[in-house]
Amino acid sequence: MIKFVPQLINLFATLILLLSFAMIAQRRIVSLINLFMIQGAALVAASFLLGYVTHQPELYISGTLTLLLKVVFIPLMLHRLIRKLNVRWDVETLINIPTTLLVGIGLVIFSFSLALPISRLSDSLAGGALGIALACVMLSFMMMITRSKAIPQVIGFLSMENGLLFAATTVTSGMPMIVEFGIALDVLVGVLILGVFMFQIREKFDSLDIRKLETLKED
Amino acid sequence: MHALSLVLGIPLLGGLVLALVGHWPRARDVNVGFSLWTFLAACVMTYEVIEGGPQFLWARQFYIDPLNVFLVTLTAFVSLTTAIFSRPYMRIEQDHGKMTPKRMRLYHSMYQLFGFTMLLGLTTNNLGLLWVAMEAATLTTVLLVSVYRTPASLEAAWKYFILCGVGIAQALFGTILIYMAADKVLGSEHATLLWTSLSDIKGQLDPTIMSLAFVFLLIGYGTKIGLVPLHSWLPDAHAEGPTPVSAVLSGLLLNVAMYAVLRCKVLTDSALGTQMAGQLMMGFGLLSVVVAAFFISRQKDVKRMFSYSSIEHMGLVTFAFGMGGPIASFAGLLHMTVHSLVKSAIFFTVGHATQKAGTQTMSEIRGLIKVNPAVGWGLMLGVMAILGMPPFGVFASEFLILTTAMREQPWATPFLFLALGVAFASMLVRVLPMVFGDTSLKRLAHPPALVPVFVHLGLGLALGLYIPPYLNGWYVAAARMMGG
Repeated sequence: MIKFVPQLINLFATLILLLSFAMIAQRRIVSLINLFMIQGAALVAASFLLGYVTHQPELYISGTLTLLLKVVFIPLMLHRLIRKLNVRWDVETLINIPTTLLVGIGLVIFSFSLALPISRLSDSLAGGALGIALACVMLSFMMMITRSKAIPQVIGFLSMENGLLFAATTVTSGMPMIVEFGIALDVLVGVLILGVFMFQIREKFDSLDIRKLETLKED
Repeated sequence: MHALSLVLGIPLLGGLVLALVGHWPRARDVNVGFSLWTFLAACVMTYEVIEGGPQFLWARQFYIDPLNVFLVTLTAFVSLTTAIFSRPYMRIEQDHGKMTPKRMRLYHSMYQLFGFTMLLGLTTNNLGLLWVAMEAATLTTVLLVSVYRTPASLEAAWKYFILCGVGIAQALFGTILIYMAADKVLGSEHATLLWTSLSDIKGQLDPTIMSLAFVFLLIGYGTKIGLVPLHSWLPDAHAEGPTPVSAVLSGLLLNVAMYAVLRCKVLTDSALGTQMAGQLMMGFGLLSVVVAAFFISRQKDVKRMFSYSSIEHMGLVTFAFGMGGPIASFAGLLHMTVHSLVKSAIFFTVGHATQKAGTQTMSEIRGLIKVNPAVGWGLMLGVMAILGMPPFGVFASEFLILTTAMREQPWATPFLFLALGVAFASMLVRVLPMVFGDTSLKRLAHPPALVPVFVHLGLGLALGLYIPPYLNGWYVAAARMMGG
């Protein structure tokens, strides 16, 4: 069993990266939320597996926290939100998918070369995981730049958080518990505030298109 | 019970009480009351540190040393004076129909919680908790910025949330990398994010990891400091939120973010043994000073102009800490202190002026001195102080920074002089007609709270003339700690 563990971790890492690419290419909001949920599930599986192999109960706790927050609560909330906002079948039209994917590949190469000197030092189970985590962060960052609707931007933000959590889990076997709880609380409160914001933005701007939010400019 | 439990407990309790009870007319006074008690508790804690030296608390999760003790006092003090200022200010806003009782309740509650998150970030010894506190501070201020619910304030708050959220995510990555570096030295059983423990082993931390970590931390917390080119949220958030919020954002939150960078820089410097961290900070700092100075010259909105001035001054502070060495670090700490005092005083007077004029456009605010001489002189003196006129404290710190730069980084001095000159000229040209000349302003129903303005300016003046020995001692000790 132990022999396969590094491969399994790498499998989950690849899955998480692949899902980041899938999110970049996904135009429909509903599917985007589902992809985000699957990414969270892959993250949870990776922490449970690492917790089992390295006998660190903290990883079970942080995995459970991620499960509740990223796989159950936030996707449910987002689904409810898009139903209430009536944007369930919204499709983002203006993204050029082939170009963004190509840029994405460039970002992955960049992240790997950035993480390479550190991965070489790493004697933990997942040597390549840091590069993958960094790549996920960069890809989510790009997603936030390319999307003009509010909900995909928020999903990009949350998926960036996933990449960071993956880095924390694989590279350092989890942050101290108090920090994990603090981060989870911040994410939770942040998502709730953003949810309220979306209603207010819709009310004031008649749209969830962030490009409409461009009145504050230097003249 | 230690004073720190009060310093953290009172604002937390205040936030909860003000949220649960709802808005009633006396909530304004209760808000001031909570801030007053927080300030008194901070004074007691400061006294204990003066008597007993640095302290660990609660399983070493909290640590009070010369670097953070004066920032804690400053934060509690400016929170108190801003609460006093906000009493009549928010009452007038409510009379003008910009605030409803429900929003007042949100405002007061978030004001206290914002104070709590800043004090938590300053006092914690755990770099992870510091990150959590910074993120929580973002969340509370996002609600404060959007409290008017106008399209412009929603836009500013959204931008603020997204940009600072992304920025601070980078800082989390940097924190994870620091944890990884600690893991390598101490082993996964004893790995820690406690700053003091990291500081004990800072020479052994892996330089490759630490250099990457510092880049991410500087970008992350630098977004909150408002370093160019990560600054674009700052003028919007300052201009569109209520003025008391602009005062605490400019005066306090930027300092807390700067403090986070300094803690990380100490670790990075020893681990690397090179000037990499300092050079990065000098680069970002200088760019911020120059770009912000030119943006100042293009502003029409008074609060936007002063928020660009905050970017300029935080850039100067970043540059000073980047140069390092005892004098520059001393000057940086002094500049942080006087900037937060003077800038919040300026925002207080600007708040009154904009309420009298009913607009934030500078060309429509004229002749303040005729309507209310105290506000007019307050603004004039504040602007003179922030522009670095002697004998105010800003002059002393800028003088120290510039002379050190001339000696150690001569290439940077022309840029600094150019930027300070541009800022000086463009700000003075705009403020003089606002203060003097004919007026079209109207009187307001409630007299403004002007005591905070003059207390702040008085302190800014006093620090230019005389620095008390214990404060001097802290600055020197903190500067020595940063010097390695």
